[in-house]
Amino acid sequence: MQPEDLRIEKMKSKGLDPQNWVIKYADYLYSYAFSRINDQDLARDLVQETFLAALERKERFEARSTEKTWLTSILRNKIVDIYRSKSTGFTRELNAIETEVSETDFFDHSNGHWNDQHAPEEFGIEYVDALENNEFRIILQACMSKLPALWLSVFSMKHLDEQTTEMICRELQITSSNFWVIIHRTKVNLRSCLQKNWI
Amino acid sequence: MKELSEADLKKIAYDCSKATFLIEKEQIGKITLREKIELKLHLAGCSICRIFMVQSRLINQMARKVFSSYGKDLKLDENFKKQLQRQIDHHADKN
Repeated sequence: MQPEDLRIEKMKSKGLDPQNWVIKYADYLYSYAFSRINDQDLARDLVQETFLAALERKERFEARSTEKTWLTSILRNKIVDIYRSKSTGFTRELNAIETEVSETDFFDHSNGHWNDQHAPEEFGIEYVDALENNEFRIILQACMSKLPALWLSVFSMKHLDEQTTEMICRELQITSSNFWVIIHRTKVNLRSCLQKNWI
Repeated sequence: MKELSEADLKKIAYDCSKATFLIEKEQIGKITLREKIELKLHLAGCSICRIFMVQSRLINQMARKVFSSYGKDLKLDENFKKQLQRQIDHHADKN
C-alpha cells in the first residue's frame, strides 16, 4: 500500500471520510452558516475553513460523534468567532440602530404608549393555522433578513439553538440588559414588519 | 437583568413599552411574581398588547419553522465545490 492510501485507511477506520465531505456536507454546512450570519460569501468561506480546520484536528475526532455533528460544531465555533471579532463593530451597529430605530418609532417615549401607526392590529390569521401559511412564512423570512446581524444572531441562538441567555451573552460579549433590549426590539420590529407587509 | 423598580412597576399599568418587554422576557426567561401581576393588570386593560402577545408567540413558533428551512434551498456553486474537494484531498495527502 502507498503511504497515502495508508493515511486514508487510518482516517476511515476512525469514521472520517474527507474524500466525500464536500458531496455529503458542503450544502448543509453552507445553509447552516447562512441562516446564522445572513451573508453568502462569508458562509462560503466558513464552509471552506471548517473543512480545513477539521483536517488539521482530525486526531481529535472521536468516533462517538458523527462526522456531521463534528463538522457542525467546528462551524458553530467559527461563527461565534466571527460574532466576537466583530463585537466592536456590532456594538457600533447596535448604537447606530439605537439612535436610528429607537423605541420612539414604536412607542411614545414620554409614556410608553404605542404610537398609532405602529400599534398592533390583528393579522386575521392568529387563530387559524398560520404556521401552515406559506406566504406568511415567506414574509417573516424577508423581515428576518432585514434585521441587524447582531439581532438576528441573538434571536437565532435563543430560538433555534435554544442556548441559555448566559451562554449567548458570553459568546457574543453583550450584557444581559443589552440582550433583553435586543430580544424586545427584534420582536417589535418583526411584528411591525409583518403587519406592514401582510395586512 | 435587575428587577424593575417600584416606580417602573407602577408605570407598567399604562406603559405598553414595558409591558411588551415583560411579554418577551416571560416567553424565554423568568419574570418575578410581581412583574407577572403587573403584566396581567396591564393586559386586562390593554387590547393592543393582548394582540401583541398572541402575535409574538406566533412569531416565535413561525421563526423556528423558518430557521429550520432557512437557506435550505441554497446550494454552493458546483465549481466551488470541486475546487474545495481538491483542496481537501491535497491537505489530506499532506498530513
